[in-house]
Amino acid sequence: MLRLDEIMIVQGGFALQADFSVVPGRKTAVIGPSGAGKSTLLGAIGGFLPLTSGKLWWQDTEITRTAPGHRPMAMLFQDNNLFPHLSIALNIGLGCRPDLKLSTEDHARVQRALERVGLADMSERRPGELSGGQQSRAALARVLVQDRPVVLLDEPFAALGPALRHEMLDLVHDLTGETGATLLMVTHDPQDVRRIADDVIFVEGGRAHAPQPADALLENPPPALQAYLG
Amino acid sequence: MAQRAQPIIGTTGIAAGVFVVVAVLLSFVGLGLRAEVGRGLGPAEWAAIRFTVIQAALSALISVTFAIPLARALARRRFVGRGILITLLGAPFILPVIVAVLGLLAVFGRTGWINMALEALGLPGLSIYGLHGVVLAHVFFNLPLATRLLLQGWQSIPAERFRLAAQLDLPPAIVRRTLEFPLIKQVAPGAVALIFVICLTSFAVALTLGGGPRATTIELAIYQAFRFDFDLARASLLSIIQLILAGSAALVALWIIPNFPLSAGLDREVHRWDARGGWQAWGDSCVIALGSAFLLLPLFAITLAGLKGLPEMPAGVWITAGNSLWVALLSICVLLLIALPMAGWISTRRRGSAEAIGLIGLSASPLMIGTGWFILINPIADPVPLALPVTALINALMALPFALRILVPPMRDVLTTYDRLSRSLNLRGWPAWRWLVLPRLRAQIGFAAGLTGALSVGDLGVIALFADPDRATLPLQMYRLMGAYRTEAAAGAALLLLAMALSLFWVCDKGGRRHAEA
Repeated sequence: MLRLDEIMIVQGGFALQADFSVVPGRKTAVIGPSGAGKSTLLGAIGGFLPLTSGKLWWQDTEITRTAPGHRPMAMLFQDNNLFPHLSIALNIGLGCRPDLKLSTEDHARVQRALERVGLADMSERRPGELSGGQQSRAALARVLVQDRPVVLLDEPFAALGPALRHEMLDLVHDLTGETGATLLMVTHDPQDVRRIADDVIFVEGGRAHAPQPADALLENPPPALQAYLG
Repeated sequence: MAQRAQPIIGTTGIAAGVFVVVAVLLSFVGLGLRAEVGRGLGPAEWAAIRFTVIQAALSALISVTFAIPLARALARRRFVGRGILITLLGAPFILPVIVAVLGLLAVFGRTGWINMALEALGLPGLSIYGLHGVVLAHVFFNLPLATRLLLQGWQSIPAERFRLAAQLDLPPAIVRRTLEFPLIKQVAPGAVALIFVICLTSFAVALTLGGGPRATTIELAIYQAFRFDFDLARASLLSIIQLILAGSAALVALWIIPNFPLSAGLDREVHRWDARGGWQAWGDSCVIALGSAFLLLPLFAITLAGLKGLPEMPAGVWITAGNSLWVALLSICVLLLIALPMAGWISTRRRGSAEAIGLIGLSASPLMIGTGWFILINPIADPVPLALPVTALINALMALPFALRILVPPMRDVLTTYDRLSRSLNLRGWPAWRWLVLPRLRAQIGFAAGLTGALSVGDLGVIALFADPDRATLPLQMYRLMGAYRTEAAAGAALLLLAMALSLFWVCDKGGRRHAEA
């Protein structure tokens, strides 16, 4: 279980508070107005932003100061999710070992991940030679080989068209379903929430509210969320 | 409290920086051991200081003065070969000084083209030796640099301003006052300062075209005290003077020196509506023609003379060429081993703080460091066998500021762009170099290596202090041939040296760019 214990993140004049737990295996959407701090929340959980106060727990271990690469998380960002000078296979291989000294088993895992996302014959291509959707698939294949219990998505599919984005979300849905990973996903589209999320974290007014079941929340939104959804 | 995240690379850079500082400080120790400061400055020292400052000031002022119309003409005219010409303006960076000197002699020398023409017209000849020769050579090297600096400035004027000026139909005088003068005021002082600092530590030009009590730079005086009188006390004293002079000038200049325009991209087209025809176009054409002739004729002359001289070269030339090649290769290796970690370290710091170390290359002159090391090495070991490695090391130190200017900005970009991805994958230390930094910076590493190789292979500096007849580099051998009045053989050697410098640069630069990904 991922626990945010009285967390406070201050950046310049902006402050965000959070105090809740995320149930393992749930798919949680993080929604809220732009500038409310959705990315800030994910960045802090991922270890890219220091906490001003509070503690972050994974199971019984405190990970407040753990380096991002040592946290039980895989994260995809809005951009720069692949190294453009490395082949797709090497990009995914980095998810096995950052020094790329890959064993036969590692190579097999990379190959299986490629097959799973439908890029089996693209392994030697560079990201630049792939379409936007294929690049997203490659990044997801790396998340797959990283095999972390928590997956953080900070709108990695924002640049894709609606149809392609839905396709990617379905793939994310299936992949996290297969691995049992906990998913935290920033989005600003209620449709995305309905499509994939079990729970919703609503970020607004300097606070990230505790996750609530998505259906109930969208059916009967509190005033602030109602205002956001329009 | 929020702690600063560890950068993914950067710790080895501190060691490299310390190495550089120690290498230079050691030479200060050597100088301090021998310099007799109490002896004071004699008239010869004062003359050297005066000449050094005067020639550097004249070179800087003249270079920038002539660069202004040339850059202006290049900025607003479009013609066939403009791109090549602008690329050639970068060539003096990799042109061996002694080769250029020989080329200048072929044009302006006693039996050069100009004097032959003057003689044919019955006019008195001009001499290239002494102050005006030194200044001429410095202008030859620095006019292109100043032009590139100014051209860079010109191109930083947004095209919209020119569009606005055209829309308002502003006459040329107003365009000058509103767009061009402010720019010149902004760029020119920095260019003057940079060239002044570069010319302060000039050695090879002064060695070949200067000399005598009235045309000796401090750097040349160090060489003479060392080589002719073996007066280490005097050489040390002069070195310290050099350090104070160049160091303080570099410190002052640090605030106004612009970025070296080392990279390409100056041939970007900006449409200019104020580039009118008539006398303005004629003026620009004349300036461009004169500037090109001044820069290209000496190169043309040396190529011509070199082709004739190739068969005249003694066999020793090939041995020294071999020496030069390995000095250059060693120099490239040393440079990369120092510059890459240092650039990594600097890139993770805040802007500017650590780049000052690169200034050591500007203020610590090669002969000064060489003298200091000689004093330290001499009691322990015979310095002569160390002549070539020491040359390679000092060449690397001299190339360091340029290499850092080339490497740091793109490295900063790479580390910023891929910081989160690298950290989320736990990619740090050597794997981060191996899989991220080195592949992404291939082009710049190749460029820096090529520059270093070319600078090193053509350098006539510290080798002149240490060398004996068996251990010369090609530039030194060339100088000896010139001294023995074997001009044709020297020209042949010059052509060989030129070819080596250009091919070293070309191989490294192309090697870096091949398969370099977007």
